[in-house]
Amino acid sequence: MKSVIAEDLVKTYRNGAVRALDHLSLDVEEGTVLSVLGPNGAGKTTSVRILATLLRPDSGRAMVGGIDVIKHPEKVREVIGLSGQYAAVDEILTGWDNLVMFGQLYHLGKKASVARAEELLERFSLTESAKRPIKTYSGGMRRRLDLAASLIVKPKVLFLDEPTTGLDPRGRQEMWSVIEELVKGGVTLLLTTQYLEEADQLADEIAVIDHGKVIARGTSDALKKQVGGERLEIVVESHNIAKTMEVVANISGNKATLDEGLRLVSAPVSTGAAALIETLRSLDDAGIHPLDVSLKRPSLDDVFLSLTGHAAEEKKEEAEVGGRRKKAKK
Amino acid sequence: MRAVTDTLIITQRQLRLLTRVPEVLIFSTIQPVMFVLLFRYVFGGSIDTGQPGGYVQLLMPGIFVQTVAFTLAGTASGLAEDMKKGLIDRFRSLPISQSALVIGRTLGDSLLNIVVLAVMGIAGYIVGWRPSSGLLNVAIGFLFLLFFGYALSWVGIFVGLSATDARVVQNVSFLVTFPLTFLSNAFAPTTGMPRALQYFAEWNPVSTMVAACRELFGLENQFGATAGSFPSENPLLTSFIYMIIIMAIFIPISVRKYKRAAD
Repeated sequence: MKSVIAEDLVKTYRNGAVRALDHLSLDVEEGTVLSVLGPNGAGKTTSVRILATLLRPDSGRAMVGGIDVIKHPEKVREVIGLSGQYAAVDEILTGWDNLVMFGQLYHLGKKASVARAEELLERFSLTESAKRPIKTYSGGMRRRLDLAASLIVKPKVLFLDEPTTGLDPRGRQEMWSVIEELVKGGVTLLLTTQYLEEADQLADEIAVIDHGKVIARGTSDALKKQVGGERLEIVVESHNIAKTMEVVANISGNKATLDEGLRLVSAPVSTGAAALIETLRSLDDAGIHPLDVSLKRPSLDDVFLSLTGHAAEEKKEEAEVGGRRKKAKK
Repeated sequence: MRAVTDTLIITQRQLRLLTRVPEVLIFSTIQPVMFVLLFRYVFGGSIDTGQPGGYVQLLMPGIFVQTVAFTLAGTASGLAEDMKKGLIDRFRSLPISQSALVIGRTLGDSLLNIVVLAVMGIAGYIVGWRPSSGLLNVAIGFLFLLFFGYALSWVGIFVGLSATDARVVQNVSFLVTFPLTFLSNAFAPTTGMPRALQYFAEWNPVSTMVAACRELFGLENQFGATAGSFPSENPLLTSFIYMIIIMAIFIPISVRKYKRAAD
């Protein structure tokens, strides 16, 4: 069963001058993780905001947990959890205050809200800082608390909009392990990210979006295959280069290329590890001992580059600056 | 029923914010108390009121009204702050009554006004303010002030939702409330103003509120060119009509705007 379905979503701003979503369609199978990957401005946040009932699309259809988002937003709100790019918790209040307040707003009652807040604080390693105002928290702690707030009533579908944007590597690692644990627990998750590594690590499936539409979709492996096979890369001593190129070309069936400075011989191969073993055997027979051998699979960076014609990372700076004002966009 | 509970939880949040940052409460009471002292002792000596009890009797209603008028700025900037931090998105994604957040905020800001008005009343008493109309009328006067503050906090909701930056909100709100409180009878009789301004001041809701409070506190209002006009004859009724008009306009448009905050 599909827990999330978006069909032909269109959203424009400034009377059509800016097209944030251009017939975007995607879906998430129950109990799986879909990562929506794209550079800033691709339409990730807009999609999440529509699915989480915060925004109405100009046209198109969206269902979450089997409920129509446009017709029954109030029912959708009962089954979703949302954690955004900005830690949406009250900075002045303490972590404890925040979770208890949100628990009460979910109509748990005071007692159950307190119990649930304490449970979540414990689970996200925030018990020690529970009675401190959020403004004293580190970026990673804020995000964890924000995530906790979206889990107060176990949501059927969880939306995480760029959960690690702006975090330092340690904070990111912590967030990842928390999210991985959730995924093990069987939550249906739609996660947006501009980090290729993050999509690779957390998602079952990836939808690559650019300019408001999905341009490719599949598992990380399938996307990588779409870009092309693997590359065999071998570094050898200078006097062995000629012979090595010959061996590699033979096995690859393609012309081997040489990076003279690195003494790196490489060629595309279609049989993966088998080609690697065969090459090593032939080199050994020829008395050549490579200094370094590797089989390079295309990274998601390569995927993105070949799909969009521009790298995902190159827009990152714009993301930091432009991201801040996004909330107020009318 | 659920809408009421939701609203009360939001109101509770407003109050909890005050206990977490007591400075807010302290400064929102210090400022009006400072105005009481400054006006009482700086201008008090040079303004001849022709009424028993001296300038402080006329001054206190003026300062009460000015203070509750600033509710507009407080509500607006608080809400703009929540918007900026994305907190509104979280609230809007919850299965709660969609107007709870804005109604809860207006109620919370009114509760703050109760504390502020009480402190100001005490400060006024210390420097010689003695309303002569009896406890009941004074109580009605305070209720009237709270009601005025409540109506204006709905304007604040609208301003807060319309603005893109919390600091701009603060500036815009002061730009509106400051001239309104000074182009009125709040601190000095309007009789000395140019004739055109006297008419403006007479119809200014701040003036009608101040005049209404003065009446309720047992004072006589002074009018120059505008004596005998409707607002000067019926300040209470005029103020009441103003409040109803403000709420009739701003409650629906603010709630509507909130529901579509991001569209």
